[in-house]
Amino acid sequence: MTMYYNEMVDDGRVRAPYAMLSDWIETMPAEIRQMKQAEAEALFRRIGITFAVYGEGGDPDRLIPFDMMPRVFLQGEWRKLERGIKQRARALNAFLRDVYGRGEIIRAGRVPARLVYQNAAYEKAVVGFVPPRGVFSHIVGIDIVRTGRDEFFVLEDNCRTPSGVSYMLENREIMMRMFPALFRHNRIEPVDQYSELLRRTLASVAPAKCDGAPTIVILTPGHYNSAYYEHSFLANLMGVELVEGSDLFVDGGFVYMRTTQGPKRVDVIYRRIDDPFLDPLCFRRDSMLGVPGLMDVYRSGGVSIASAPGAGVADDKAVYTYVPEMIRFYLGEEPLLQNVQTWALWKDEDYRYVMANLKELVVKEVHGSGGYGMLIGPRASPEEIARFRSLIEKNPGNYIAQPTLALSTSPTFVEEGIAPRHVDLRPFCLCGDRIELVPGGLTRVALREGSLVVNSSQGGGVKDTWVLSE
Amino acid sequence: MLSRTAANLFWMGRHLERAETAARLLDVGERITLLPNTPEGYRNEWESLLRASGAQAAFAERYGEQINQENIVSWLFFDQDNPSSVTSCIERAREGGRIVRTALTSQVWDALNTAYQELRALTRRPRGQLDTPMLTDFTTRHGSTVRGAINATQLRNDGWHFINLGYSLERADATARLLDVKYFVLLPRVEFVGSGLDNYQWQVILRALSAHRAFHWAYGGDVTAAKVADFLILNGESPRSLLTSLYEAVWHLDGLVKRYGETVQASASAKARQTLDSLMARDIEAIFDEGLHEFLSWFINEVAGVSTAVHEDYLSGRM
Repeated sequence: MTMYYNEMVDDGRVRAPYAMLSDWIETMPAEIRQMKQAEAEALFRRIGITFAVYGEGGDPDRLIPFDMMPRVFLQGEWRKLERGIKQRARALNAFLRDVYGRGEIIRAGRVPARLVYQNAAYEKAVVGFVPPRGVFSHIVGIDIVRTGRDEFFVLEDNCRTPSGVSYMLENREIMMRMFPALFRHNRIEPVDQYSELLRRTLASVAPAKCDGAPTIVILTPGHYNSAYYEHSFLANLMGVELVEGSDLFVDGGFVYMRTTQGPKRVDVIYRRIDDPFLDPLCFRRDSMLGVPGLMDVYRSGGVSIASAPGAGVADDKAVYTYVPEMIRFYLGEEPLLQNVQTWALWKDEDYRYVMANLKELVVKEVHGSGGYGMLIGPRASPEEIARFRSLIEKNPGNYIAQPTLALSTSPTFVEEGIAPRHVDLRPFCLCGDRIELVPGGLTRVALREGSLVVNSSQGGGVKDTWVLSE
Repeated sequence: MLSRTAANLFWMGRHLERAETAARLLDVGERITLLPNTPEGYRNEWESLLRASGAQAAFAERYGEQINQENIVSWLFFDQDNPSSVTSCIERAREGGRIVRTALTSQVWDALNTAYQELRALTRRPRGQLDTPMLTDFTTRHGSTVRGAINATQLRNDGWHFINLGYSLERADATARLLDVKYFVLLPRVEFVGSGLDNYQWQVILRALSAHRAFHWAYGGDVTAAKVADFLILNGESPRSLLTSLYEAVWHLDGLVKRYGETVQASASAKARQTLDSLMARDIEAIFDEGLHEFLSWFINEVAGVSTAVHEDYLSGRM
């Protein structure tokens, strides 16, 4: 049987960060706990943080289950993570600058040209363009799993528009509202400066043609999008307009929004729509979400777009395997955070190994996300394995495989009381004139016993994430 | 402010007021059926509600000839095919509020969202458990909570003007239409005018506008057609009168004009003021001479004109 690292217990003793929580749990009667859980749910519903899963139908106002038991990091643990995350974010941006410029890393033979230039996320429209401060990905979400006391691995990078930060902020708000004593008696680093840091980051990448204080907007696909709550939440916290494509138009080399007082110029667009929908003149012609002519303005320095179109080329699961190389190549440093061992199915040797060991491995689509299109070998039926085998045979270039990770567990409230459940972590790193990271992130938890899938679309929940100060 | 945001706020205000109107129409109908009967039976009164809300054809399409209390309650409260039903209006107001979540305080959103969540719970209950007064109370109670949250917590900025503009124009329209119910009820039997039945019906109108006590404080003495009409049309103290509603619309439009300055077109403000002046130039005798129904039709048309001008000036997003 695989051993899992339990973040609460070490050598049979409760670890320091969880000691005070274990008292808290023991002194909380079951009825109070249930009452508090109901209260938390009511708060979430009233605030309107709900989550719709595309195509699933059912309750349009579904809640992501919230677990009241926080996940705790010691200051020392966090500082190490922080350095590793920032290092990775710098390298990813250096890579993007490079592949849309001279392509040094490819000329040096460190990353295969095919993976970059034939990547669906590679945008020819931005070749040769250097965005303000050379930053392509302004919000980098890095998914991290823990497998031991000092063992952390990066599972995935998200350079486009990582979501979930509203849960990080709201989970904290709700915990502080429900259990103020916990915060009085522990030194927990705050996370609510995130929105201010995000605003500053976006302002720092205003285009050259912007004179004076930049006007920032968030561009959303609209209120039917499952992350709409997050878009409006961030717009509200930053005090910027939340716009849809139809609110914007291009005129004379600038982007404007339609207001009650006539057109108003927009300098920085934090877009939460995907590249193909940004500009129907440049990408998908049938897109109703975007702004015709936006890319021309972007390339002529009339507006900034965060993250830059084309940033996605740095974060697919094939390019992922080369991030340690990027760190060495651009920064001359050794990676502080390790990648999960990954087999690339387009390499003969890897292909043979994976096909012989499907039962032990996790297989993922290179461009898949959200826990869809993946095979978890040890939990799959023979039929599922056979189905995947034929899928891989047809298109090996579309898949990678990884070992089944022994994701750490964190104590979680369940029917019977407290039980260990598997967790991951998504911190949000901000890149502008500076690189910033708030101490915390979104902890996702697989609520089903034994499950390793933390995605909210597949029975995952969320927790507040604490970093204790010294 | 984004034009789309302003449009959503304006329509949120209109839908909230319209939900209350639907509930008040239900209340009027309920009380008219408790009257000593007219020779035509109660069908006539229920039908008058449909005519007043301009929904006869749509109702007939859905329910055929079955104009009875059960169908009317369904239509006015629950029916999502009726864009003016309480359910439709609360859902749309909440949807609009969700879209412009950033322009609302959390208290306003909370009140709006709570109304919506409780409405959903209500619609799942067996209809037999829900009587009309309860449905009316539900609507006016939540309407008041949302309105209170708006008044207590929203910044007094352009968004606030747009919400209140929606409320006041809708209210002007609604009071005019409720008054028109009276007209339709009486139309077949002119000889009722001035009879005891007539006065009772006027009282029902007052009650439906939550104005029966206020009326007595303002006028005293017997309920007469002239006094009630004066109270609901020309009295500047009466909170739902045509004059008050229009006056508030003018006030909010002036607020926008002051705020935005001369560079922004202000045809709505001019049109509203013109209508207000024309209203104030009348007295109740002149209105009765002109014909109540004709007067109300003129007024409803003018209010629609102001609403169109608001769209042209602010909500259409001129480039």
